Amino acid sequence: MAYSNKVLDHYNNPRNVGSLDKNDPNVGTGMVGAPECGDVMKLQLKVNPVTGIIEDAKFKTFGCGSAIASSSLATEWVKGKTVEEAMAIKNTDIVNELSLPPVKIHCSVLAEDAIKAAIADYKKKQANGAGASRPVTEAVS
Amino acid sequence: MKLPIYLDNHATTPLDPRVLEAMMPYLTTQFGNAASRNHSFGWAAEEAVEKARKQIADLIGASPKEIVFTSGATESDNLAIKGVAEMYAERGNHIITVATEHKAVLDTCKKLEKHGYRVTYLPVQPDGLIDLDMLRDAITDKTILISVMYANNEIGVLQPIAEIGKIAKEKGVLFHTDAVQAVGKVPVNVIRDNIDLMSISAHKIYGPKGVGALYVRRKNPRVQLTAQMDGGGHERGMRSGTLNVPGIVGLGKACEICQQEMPEEMARMARLRDRLKDKLLGSLDEVYINGSMERRLPNNLNVSFAFVEGESLLMGINDIAVSSGSACTSATLEPSYVLKALGKGDDLAHSSIRFGIGRFNTEEEIDYVGNRVVEVVNKLRELSPLWEMHKEGVDLSKVEWTAP
Repeated sequence: MAYSNKVLDHYNNPRNVGSLDKNDPNVGTGMVGAPECGDVMKLQLKVNPVTGIIEDAKFKTFGCGSAIASSSLATEWVKGKTVEEAMAIKNTDIVNELSLPPVKIHCSVLAEDAIKAAIADYKKKQANGAGASRPVTEAVS
Repeated sequence: MKLPIYLDNHATTPLDPRVLEAMMPYLTTQFGNAASRNHSFGWAAEEAVEKARKQIADLIGASPKEIVFTSGATESDNLAIKGVAEMYAERGNHIITVATEHKAVLDTCKKLEKHGYRVTYLPVQPDGLIDLDMLRDAITDKTILISVMYANNEIGVLQPIAEIGKIAKEKGVLFHTDAVQAVGKVPVNVIRDNIDLMSISAHKIYGPKGVGALYVRRKNPRVQLTAQMDGGGHERGMRSGTLNVPGIVGLGKACEICQQEMPEEMARMARLRDRLKDKLLGSLDEVYINGSMERRLPNNLNVSFAFVEGESLLMGINDIAVSSGSACTSATLEPSYVLKALGKGDDLAHSSIRFGIGRFNTEEEIDYVGNRVVEVVNKLRELSPLWEMHKEGVDLSKVEWTAP
């Protein structure tokens, strides 16, 4: 399969690789996918509680080049956005930006799901008060 | 050293220059039809075909009359299985094969199931080999054919062919083997192994594409087949169609070279393969070999790099041609059914890479490949949330994932 130049660029120079402290009350963690499906994305974002703006984002992805590129792009896009603006990012925007072929659309869906899961985790933490909750889809045992 | 490096020799092999040289006259001046009985063009073609028949027969311990030329091993598998099923329909309707066979065998069997035949698909053990007791137990008085591949095209494991041949003979059941990956690579002998039908391909042994053969035993027992291609009655009526003379000459020459060079080539393949294996296992943790290492083709290595997805690994080593059992690299978006059959879970199939070493690979290339793979696996693990969790001591099998 031929990859678009943008996919290759994100694969070769992934942006924002790494992890944030998942116990920080201002950090939301989303982990989506499953190893037996060949894709797992972990996306984390750190929100400024005063402004509601996403100040930092990190990802780690197990998956094909398109999955890595989709999550790398997602971290780039959410940074500087408010939580509400980030919620509005659609998988189709990722498909268009990376010129993903039809068989790779699920990679973009996973990236959108990862953003939403991370925001949901952040909101849950905020509602529950500081750092008491566990990130969404964290290990259960 | 020239890039890219070709290390996908189970998919196909480059044409040996000596094979091309043998073929050239039959692509140019010696263009006769081997079935033309009354002029020198035909005679020259027929003579070349008969020479090739002998070269192939010599490699596998057969008689030249037992070689039927086809367009390749897919056709050979179809002819063997459908041909036996039709010819022996009155005797029985049961066929035994294995879950890890090539699609040319599996899909042929599935087609026969639609026409009233019954097929048993034997599972394999974690090392990829069948259990002979299960085979014995599967045989009924309706069983007409056992089809078990000689060497697997993904994991390179060598099935216990001689033992299977013995069981088949004892029970009076015909035995077909798809020996595409084994012929020319390891010693194969149809007499020793009691093989009744055997599929062979030219392009896996440094010959041309589009030509293969089916060995059909002529005595003890004399195997009969219902032709699947009707026409001029070529190949003793078993496979009509004008013979692909240059292709057949190429297949013959390829077999001759394999026979002459096999002892040295086997040793060299095993040395290169083990060099690569030692490098990968010595430099990386959590690397798993798929399939038996003891009963294996000398040129095959199939490994899973846990916590790294196969297609992304291929992307990182884009100057090396190998293949992966990852779903993302398959047309069906399903991970390799061969690796799944080993019962190790889909995640290791997604992380698998098949290295197929060939005649023209060098030690320098193997070292380059080993270094590149280690480098890219390390890079991708830094990117992998699964690797991070593994390092934190999380048992990934106990995690509840969102997409089961």
